[in-house]
Amino acid sequence: VQQCSTAVSLTMRPLTEEETKTLFIKLSEYIGKSIEKLINRSDERHCFRMIKDRVYYISESLMKASTSIRRDDLLHVGVCFGKFTKSGKFRLHITSLEYLSDFAKYKVWVKPSSEMSWLYGNHITKSGLARMTESTPQYAGVIVYNMANIAMGFGVAAQSTEQCQQLDPSGNVVLHQSDIGEYLRGIEDDMV
Amino acid sequence: DEKEKEPSKGPLFSDENSKWLKPKTEKKKKAQLMSSDEEGDDDEDDEMDEEELEVERQSRLVDEEIRLEQEEAQEEMRRTIAQETSIYHLPTEEELDLEANRVVPPSEIRDRVESVLGVLADFKNRREEGRSRTEYTDLLVSDLSELYGYLPELMEYFLSMFGPNETLEFVDASDRPRPLVVRTNTLKTRRKDLASSLMKRGVSLDPLAPWSKVGLKIVESPVPVGATPEYLSGHYMLQSAASMCPVLALSPEPKEKILDMSAAPGGKTSYICQLMRNTGVVIANDLKAERQKATVANMHRLGVKNCITCKHDGRQLGVKYPNSFDRILLDAPCSGLGVISRDPSVKVQRTILDVQKCAHLQKELLLAAIDALNHKSKKSGGIMVYSTCSVSVFENEEVINYALQKRDIKLVDTGLDFGKPGFTRYQNKRFHPSVALTRRFYPHVHNMDGFYVAKIEKISDRKPEDTIEQPEGKDDDDDDEEEKTPVSKKKQERGKAGKKGKKKTARRALPDKAEEPAQKKAKKDHISVPPSAQQQGKTKKKRINAKVTMPRRRKVPVD
Repeated sequence: VQQCSTAVSLTMRPLTEEETKTLFIKLSEYIGKSIEKLINRSDERHCFRMIKDRVYYISESLMKASTSIRRDDLLHVGVCFGKFTKSGKFRLHITSLEYLSDFAKYKVWVKPSSEMSWLYGNHITKSGLARMTESTPQYAGVIVYNMANIAMGFGVAAQSTEQCQQLDPSGNVVLHQSDIGEYLRGIEDDMV
Repeated sequence: DEKEKEPSKGPLFSDENSKWLKPKTEKKKKAQLMSSDEEGDDDEDDEMDEEELEVERQSRLVDEEIRLEQEEAQEEMRRTIAQETSIYHLPTEEELDLEANRVVPPSEIRDRVESVLGVLADFKNRREEGRSRTEYTDLLVSDLSELYGYLPELMEYFLSMFGPNETLEFVDASDRPRPLVVRTNTLKTRRKDLASSLMKRGVSLDPLAPWSKVGLKIVESPVPVGATPEYLSGHYMLQSAASMCPVLALSPEPKEKILDMSAAPGGKTSYICQLMRNTGVVIANDLKAERQKATVANMHRLGVKNCITCKHDGRQLGVKYPNSFDRILLDAPCSGLGVISRDPSVKVQRTILDVQKCAHLQKELLLAAIDALNHKSKKSGGIMVYSTCSVSVFENEEVINYALQKRDIKLVDTGLDFGKPGFTRYQNKRFHPSVALTRRFYPHVHNMDGFYVAKIEKISDRKPEDTIEQPEGKDDDDDDEEEKTPVSKKKQERGKAGKKGKKKTARRALPDKAEEPAQKKAKKDHISVPPSAQQQGKTKKKRINAKVTMPRRRKVPVD
């Protein structure tokens, strides 16, 4: 699948079956079954398109407008969700945070004292944990919020909720994957 | 008390006490007057003589002091008057050469600048005999360039645009920073919520200005404003006040198709998107892909969903996408003469040649933008805004004037009443009167970056080469368009023989001013001057009586 797509990889194209499956599996770790809500929205139908290994989430009207732009000159459309690695895995970027947090299943709130630590890319320890959704399974995708309910990033639950309650203060609760501090830490180089 | 005199006594006393009552002597009267309203007048009777002398002496001393003071005051007044009315001696070439050997302290140069400004304020009376005005202005230019660190040709250019006093104010203001301003991202929050959350972090802020509903001015901040969690989650964007104006002038509506031709790093683009509430389509274009990375990052951070980023050369957009956009914003790349406070290297790095090169590029971009506008759009009828962050006439009024000649467009009101109107004439050049609708912003007047905003409406696709009109005695046409008296012959000749012919005037297809009235009917190409241009009357100053010297085209019906 990857080999035959290299020839057309520069243009904006819909995702293949395989790619769509990989993407949806990844998304469901964070938002569960709400994926269809992403596609069938009340205001307008949206779709995923791919430009050079990056996946973009755009409305139909935006897609029509962008087809007239030459592929060499097109840099980005709508919202970038992430990119496919060379080995076919999909990696979510911080830019998808808004949609992830809209439909998030498992949430974690961080204390103000550990807020900056998270924004520097560190994991959240038990001492920095303020609140956590009930019955989060281990290694589930979680969205991280601060006490003002601003989404700060996303990660993976190191332990399930029950086990987290028994952790000592220095133990990791959330393993860092992506945080909004990346906007200052050189994400621009990664933006195409 | 027995001895108290009666207030209403005559020389003789009429009552029974007349035997022992004696009228007051002169000396006593004097003593009483001197010793104000003290009690115990009686006690002083005995020592009357001594007190008088003492008091007299004291009063004499006081009188003398007063007199001395008055004399000194008079003397000083005479001195200052002499100073004011004395003629300032302008150093000659030789005297200046002598100066070249020693290091002149800035205070001395500043004094000289003040004196020259004083002379120029009332030149007729305060000039030195035999010295021309140019000598004064040349000295002013070289002094100011030295004081503030500019290239002399730049300083001369500013002097030609602003008067002497305003030039000083401008360069002074350009040395000081403008206040830090942020723009609330209304896609994610409201201004008062943002203000309260920033204040919780210790930032002291104020609303920016009455004309802005989203601006906040940061007075002081203990935390870095560009790194708060609110910034990172896209609640606001660091943007200068001047940069908000072109977008306000453009006034985008939801569900339109808009192009931002020179978008990086995306401040204005994101403002457009927030005004459109994430509907419609916004295309953010910039020549350099490197700079577009910042645009893409900002769009994502601020939660903009309707943006497409690309990297075309703006000059080709008129050819690639003709008649495609409802609105266009062209924030043209410029010399940056208005943002010297941000980047002082502009003072020595930009030459007039650089400025003219920028102007050339801007003209090409503007024509391309006009071609890409869709004048038949049902939503807005083809509106675009041209803006620069420069105060030079080359890049502002001249570019607009050029476009008025080359395309079928008209200028409309920007809606920014707090700016200064654009120049309709500069040195020997005359611009279309509607150029007065454009707006200039200055650091020394508005406390904003030096900026220029022009709002243009496209009327049709017609270009000058298309029209082959015959002069059909269209006097009524010209009559509606001009309310001004024709320029006198003398003025035209003086204009023609005027100073350094700029490169641009040669390139532009402008007829000579002296031949203008004769050719007016013969040459009917170029700009249409729609009736709305007549509204210029209320914005114009009375003394502008220059006739529009652009060749004009017969009005064509709008499709």
